[in-house]
Amino acid sequence: MARSPALRRFVSHPWVLGVLGILTVFLVWWLVTSSGMVDKLFLPGPGAVWMAGTDQFQRGILVADAAASIKRVFIGFMISAGLALPIGIAMGTNRTICHFLEPLMALIRYMPAPAFIPLLIIYFGLEELPKVMLIFIGTFFFNALMIMDAVKFVPSELVETALTLGGRGLPILTRVVAPYIAPQVLDTYRINMASAWNLVIVAELVAANEGLGKRISLAQRFLRTDEIFVGLIVIGLIGLMIDLGFRFLMRRACSWAN
Amino acid sequence: MHLQVSQVSKSFGEGRDRKLVLDNISFELVSGQFMALVGSSGSGKSTVMRLIAGLERPSAGTIHLDGVPVQRPGSDRGMVFQKYSLYPWLTAAQNVAFGLSLQGRDKAEIRERTAYFLDVVGLADAARRLPRELSGGMQQRVAIARALANEPKVLLLDEPFGALDLQIRESMQEFLHDLWKRTGLTALLITHDIEEALLLAGTVHIMAPRPGRIVHSVDVQLDRSDLRHLRVSPPFLELREELASRLRSLDGALL
Ligand SMILES: Nc1ncnc2c1ncn2[C@@H]1O[C@H](COP(=O)(O)OP(=O)(O)OP(=O)(O)O)[C@@H](O)[C@H]1O
Ligand SMILES: [Mg+2]
Repeated sequence: MARSPALRRFVSHPWVLGVLGILTVFLVWWLVTSSGMVDKLFLPGPGAVWMAGTDQFQRGILVADAAASIKRVFIGFMISAGLALPIGIAMGTNRTICHFLEPLMALIRYMPAPAFIPLLIIYFGLEELPKVMLIFIGTFFFNALMIMDAVKFVPSELVETALTLGGRGLPILTRVVAPYIAPQVLDTYRINMASAWNLVIVAELVAANEGLGKRISLAQRFLRTDEIFVGLIVIGLIGLMIDLGFRFLMRRACSWAN
Repeated sequence: MHLQVSQVSKSFGEGRDRKLVLDNISFELVSGQFMALVGSSGSGKSTVMRLIAGLERPSAGTIHLDGVPVQRPGSDRGMVFQKYSLYPWLTAAQNVAFGLSLQGRDKAEIRERTAYFLDVVGLADAARRLPRELSGGMQQRVAIARALANEPKVLLLDEPFGALDLQIRESMQEFLHDLWKRTGLTALLITHDIEEALLLAGTVHIMAPRPGRIVHSVDVQLDRSDLRHLRVSPPFLELREELASRLRSLDGALL
């Protein structure tokens, strides 16, 4: 390896290293399961998991489950992100609003969202609303507080320059503050989307008719560890795609910030 | 144009934390004049400028621009900050156009004026570049063009070259002097650097800290046809040394 710089450069590329890391885990997994050291019921091999996955896919449940989970996350997170933006900006620009809301939000933020599930079920039953609400509760306060921070760190020179150039009020918000915080807002959404995605699974584990979390809890009842693994891997993959999507959007929309 | 600063004082803070930062500052600035404020750190130079810009209000005294009291920031007083303050997501041209477009000027007019002022600062070729693709000196020239594009009555420069290294600073001083000669702008320059003040300004005010006040003023009469030559000419060096020793004695009195 030391003698081939090209190979070394290839191997030390972050993407190549990342794929190697994942492959290593798969290899260990395959070795452990195919050696017969562990009970198949306990830890199914990659092959069995793949079979279970293709089976679910062919029966259409995999796509239906994924769609159900994604839809809940999408609706809950859209509401959370949409409300957090104006409220976060208001808190970041107005001291009174900030002093009024920040302690409250900081408090609620530390209440674990899953602990709200029993209440939500009592209030809203077992349908979609409590799940969407859970995602909202679990992400809104983080979104708003992180956007507030982004606004507070807008350099005062940028705002004051706009003032001395004849700007006032709303245009300063839309043309100075908004573009400046855009990369951080996208990053905030990216980070909190991960908890939204976690929460939907938790909600479905508790009560749901369909969804990736629901499938996992069903699989547990029938001791189908292979299906549990399918669920986990699909959840991870979808989460990763969402994350990459946000990163792509950020590179596209905010190339100046790189 | 007539800017009148009369007996302006400024304090920050309340109660026991109240601190007098400017004490009874007065001066006048008229069309075409280039004035400099020199003083050590904390002598309140930036505060004077922020008061004129309307970013702060005086605690006492008044500031009038053409007889009208200054109440708030406005496009008739352009400002350039020490820290690079270009909008990083806008190109050089879009930065220059920013003020005009904030004021909702006509598109064709904006285009024309932007091109003109980029040309004035010698950056016509850099129109499409983002700030991070420009050197520090170029960024400050864009910031100056952006302020000038509004055709302000007075240009306020708060240590515009403070962050640049020495060589670039010297060429920027020559650039600014040349710009002043060509356009006849009215400028108030803040600087730490006595040499910079003497090279560029017709009137130099020396400020002392705690509380900030003007302790000495000089009208500078020097032949500015060749700045490079001026920097090393005996009358210039003499004047520079005189002001430097004044500043030193001020600092000494405080230690
Ligand atoms: N918003 C503010 N609140 C409280 N104190 C302030 C504020 N702005 C300035 N000061 C104080 O006023 C004094 C003068 O500050 P100013 O920035 O005007 O000085 P300066 O001469 O520009 O200094 P420098 O050369 O370091 O830029 C300093 O002691 C500073 O701490
Ligand atoms: Mg200052």
